Amino acid sequence: MSNASMRITLTVWRQASADAGGGFETYDVPGVSPDMSFLEMLDVVNERLMHDGKEPIAFDHDCREGICGACGFMINGQAHGPERATATCQLHMRKFRDGDHLTIEPWRAAGFPLVKDLIVDRTAFDRIIESGGYVSVGTGGAPDGNLIPIPKPVADAAMDAAACIGCGACVAACPNGAAQLFTSAKMQHLNLLPQGQAERWDRTVNMVESMETYFGSCTNHRECEAACPKSISIDFIALMNKDYAKAQLKQRRLIGQTFP
Amino acid sequence: MATTATPPTKPVKTPPVTPARPIRKLVPNGPPILRFYRSSVGKKWVMAVTGLMLMGFVVFHLIGNLKLYLSKEEINLYGEALRDMPGHLLPRTVLLWTLRSGLFVAFVLHLHSAYSLTMINRKARPQQYQSRRDYVAADFASRTMRWTGIIVLLYLVFHLMDLTWGTANSEWVRGDPYNNLVYSLQRPVVALAYAVANIALAFHLYHGAWSMFQSMGINNPRINKLRRSFATAFAGLILVGNLSFPILIQLHVVDLQCPHTEPTTAPCKA
Ligand code: HEM
Ligand code: SF4
Ligand code: FES
Repeated sequence: MSNASMRITLTVWRQASADAGGGFETYDVPGVSPDMSFLEMLDVVNERLMHDGKEPIAFDHDCREGICGACGFMINGQAHGPERATATCQLHMRKFRDGDHLTIEPWRAAGFPLVKDLIVDRTAFDRIIESGGYVSVGTGGAPDGNLIPIPKPVADAAMDAAACIGCGACVAACPNGAAQLFTSAKMQHLNLLPQGQAERWDRTVNMVESMETYFGSCTNHRECEAACPKSISIDFIALMNKDYAKAQLKQRRLIGQTFP
Repeated sequence: MATTATPPTKPVKTPPVTPARPIRKLVPNGPPILRFYRSSVGKKWVMAVTGLMLMGFVVFHLIGNLKLYLSKEEINLYGEALRDMPGHLLPRTVLLWTLRSGLFVAFVLHLHSAYSLTMINRKARPQQYQSRRDYVAADFASRTMRWTGIIVLLYLVFHLMDLTWGTANSEWVRGDPYNNLVYSLQRPVVALAYAVANIALAFHLYHGAWSMFQSMGINNPRINKLRRSFATAFAGLILVGNLSFPILIQLHVVDLQCPHTEPTTAPCKA
């Protein structure tokens, strides 16, 4: 642990509400400990602002241990900042140098309307989950553990997809404002498993279509994968694309059966 | 820290939350194929499949043109053979026109999906980032797909006028692709435009030939590394092959051969 204190310059997007105009404000922040997390550094700035009777910087946060997905903004043009596989709350000031100038800005996407300062509304993600990110199960007596055999690589892949915390960094980082990484992760962790098969094709079509209601379209830049604090792989996007085409084919067959 | 926390003197106002408005409506009706194409995942499929068809064309186009290095007779016979395929099985040029129509449809669909996805993506981020973005993974090729595509499109129009219809080539003569091409690429401006368009195409393919695998869901840990090598090799071979023509013609390694277009004044090697 080092006791050396850092001085940084912080440029922050300040905006009182969605309709109010916004702009950058710059703060001189001395006395930053390298052991602080990025959010703790913002806490200090906010304490000082409140001390001066000024409005603190609004930012989202909850667990502060990288598992809830509440936190996140752009730091020097990168979603969740420069460290890979790390949520903003897990990013430490020791990753920066004394005298650094950091610019922070909220996620920008039509699907994420700004609420205030660095906070955006991510309800559109909930809409995607509602449209198919679930399995319907009959809850009878407790079944035996491991009753349904699942090959280890399949279980691992499903777990990798399920690691998504829904932070929205993938959308923020994407030059197209696309939500493919999030949607494919939330879809594939179910589509890969036996329990997800019954609703697989409906889930795929519904989740893709509700995703596209709010977000852009993937052009395979891979920025999402690089920004994701959980390192979700774009492999899941490919699986989603495959399932979507299959689902539409099935649909055609089913329509053929309904109206012969 | 030397600071002391003081509670905010005024109550913090909670601003109103306006949930995201849809950027577009996907109408869930119509024949499944239309519903498929309405979705941007479907459009990417179409873009990938048509892109693959165009890649097939580019390969055969290059292989055919390489006959330039065999002899004037070889490439002129090749041009003739294209019209004549498949021999006596079909009337002359029927198969050629069938293939051309397929290519045309693929091209139009490729363009339409590119255009309509671009429009969707514009709507998906109405307000741009106000600070400088720092890209980590996106490369030059992936970020310039629309521009490299447009360069190829513009060049293609000229290319057809120059060598297929002859409207942009004063020395053009039906049935003598050898001299048409050599004459055309002896003009420095045309050679330069040709080179620029092919460099743009190479960048387009460097991303596109990789990206199409993702779009079509061709993803397997065992082949994923090969996808990158494939796209790099594909773009590289097409670039080297296509660039050899303007370079060797400008250097007069390949030159006009008699007899060629009347009433040309250009020098003519017997
Ligand atoms: C009229 C000119 C063209 C335009 C405007 C155009 C535009 C585009 C755009 C915008 C993309 C999407 C890029 C992305 O998703 O990152 C794309 C993809 C692609 N293009 Fe083109 N393109 C053109 C011509 C061509 C040609 C001549 C070829 C082949 C020789 C080609 C092959 C491809 C391939 C293979 C893809 C990848 C498909 C995918 O990502 O799924 N394009 N094109
Ligand atoms: S895929 Fe990654 S970046 Fe996107 S929401 Fe999930 S955790 Fe965040
Ligand atoms: S605050 Fe929970 S992930 Fe950062």
